[in-house]
Amino acid sequence: MTAVRIEFDEPKCVAAGQCAMVAPDVFDQRDDDGVAVVLDDTPGPGQHEVVREAAAVCPAAAIHLIES
Amino acid sequence: MPHPYPTAREPRCPFAPAPEIRDMPPLAQVEIWDGSTPWFITRHADQRALLNDPRLSIDEKRPGYPHMTRSRAAGAPHHPPLITNTDPPEHTRLRRTVNAPFMVKRIEALRPRIQRVLDDLIDEMLAGPRPADLVQAIALPVPTVVITEILGAPYADRELFQTASHVLVSHDTTPEESAEAGGRLGAYLGRLLQQKMAAPGDDVISEMAAKVKTGEMTAPEAVTMASAILIAGHETSASMISLGTLALLRNPDQLELLRSRSGDPRFVAGTVEELLRYLTIVHTGIRRIADADIGLHGQVIRAGDGVVFELAGANYDPAEFPDPMRLDLTRPARQHHAFGYGAHQCLGQSLARVELQVVFSTLYRRIPALALAVPFEEVEFAMEGVAYGLRALPVTW
Ligand code: HEM
Ligand code: SF4
Repeated sequence: MTAVRIEFDEPKCVAAGQCAMVAPDVFDQRDDDGVAVVLDDTPGPGQHEVVREAAAVCPAAAIHLIES
Repeated sequence: MPHPYPTAREPRCPFAPAPEIRDMPPLAQVEIWDGSTPWFITRHADQRALLNDPRLSIDEKRPGYPHMTRSRAAGAPHHPPLITNTDPPEHTRLRRTVNAPFMVKRIEALRPRIQRVLDDLIDEMLAGPRPADLVQAIALPVPTVVITEILGAPYADRELFQTASHVLVSHDTTPEESAEAGGRLGAYLGRLLQQKMAAPGDDVISEMAAKVKTGEMTAPEAVTMASAILIAGHETSASMISLGTLALLRNPDQLELLRSRSGDPRFVAGTVEELLRYLTIVHTGIRRIADADIGLHGQVIRAGDGVVFELAGANYDPAEFPDPMRLDLTRPARQHHAFGYGAHQCLGQSLARVELQVVFSTLYRRIPALALAVPFEEVEFAMEGVAYGLRALPVTW
């Protein structure tokens, strides 16, 4: 079974919140400036599809997935 | 000969980009209003790579920047540093000061309020005469009420900012008219900022007022940012609502599908993404200038060259969206470029999405007999703005 680990490049994040919209159980946004917060950097298989989508739509290419 | 740009759409097929654009090579040049010939990028993959490439800049003060209009070119040297004219890392810092109100969770919290605003407007329209103009009855008031509440501007003042912002986004405006409208809007928002500094409320201008007090932001920055949010925040969503309704009425099978699944939030969210792709309302290209030489498709974009990204090109790129001319509410479309891509991707996108999700899940369910009150050919498009839209949408039910 594949495992997915999320690497988040915070300085690049422009806080558009696409990740929090697509995968709300995995990404949140910081209250004061909207910068993304990874709630779970090794999400379970049920989240893999939406996490891949979040990485694909992130406009700043700030979400990297290490799949093993 | 570089093709003149922006290019008129084909009247028979008004939602799709002009055929010349779809047929261009991946790296082309176009001729813009000042006679200059910036590079023209139309492919989805190229836009993704370049809109995140630090060798491209949005610094509109540089000579050679491919301005949208003569008015914009005239205004550019007078703007303070803003999210719309700075590059990372300065852009990142500025954007983080204005981001909070547009975060997904704060916008989600507004959903019930947006629903109520819409329900009341629908009640009003249904109680009034037929035909009605959907632009004035629903499309324009929904985002206008919402953005004024978010900013903390009285809705009663809407006439002032609706007329001023219409002048500011139009391509038919002289630099003088544009400066006058900008001045009027700025003076209005400056007064509002002063009021909020004295008596803050729970709104974005009050949040900016607090930042002005602590020195995190200057007053001119706050006023310019508030104008940008106001201008960007209502005509765009209004265009999506009226054009989206027209597109669905032209595609009755898709409208029926949406109506039957309007209780399914995932389906509705997908519908909104596909309509954003299909309509790509920002139709005058987003603009950058090269900071260094960039090789692409065997040619070189030189440092100092202007670059224009045609968003509809990417959104109708068959390599990314098979059969792009078809409105298909079931296709995965989230990777569209209707909000741009890269660091400047739309600040208000979550707000626009929630507004559109509320409207598209409600309007056709509550008014199942909604129909055009004039032949399609008589619907008047408004093509002169940064985003296209409709002057009026006469409907009956
Ligand atoms: C469906 C509606 C909308 C569309 C299609 C749209 C489209 C766009 C596009 C294409 C850009 C990128 C410009 C560039 O990269 O040069 C942008 C940026 C922006 N949008 Fe929107 N927009 C919409 C709604 C809104 C709303 C509701 C707001 C405000 C609340 C807003 C505020 C902004 C701002 C402030 C920027 C500049 C961001 C930056 O440069 O960092 N937009 N929008
Ligand atoms: S989608 Fe990317 S840029 Fe947007 S909040 Fe998430 S990580 Fe940040």
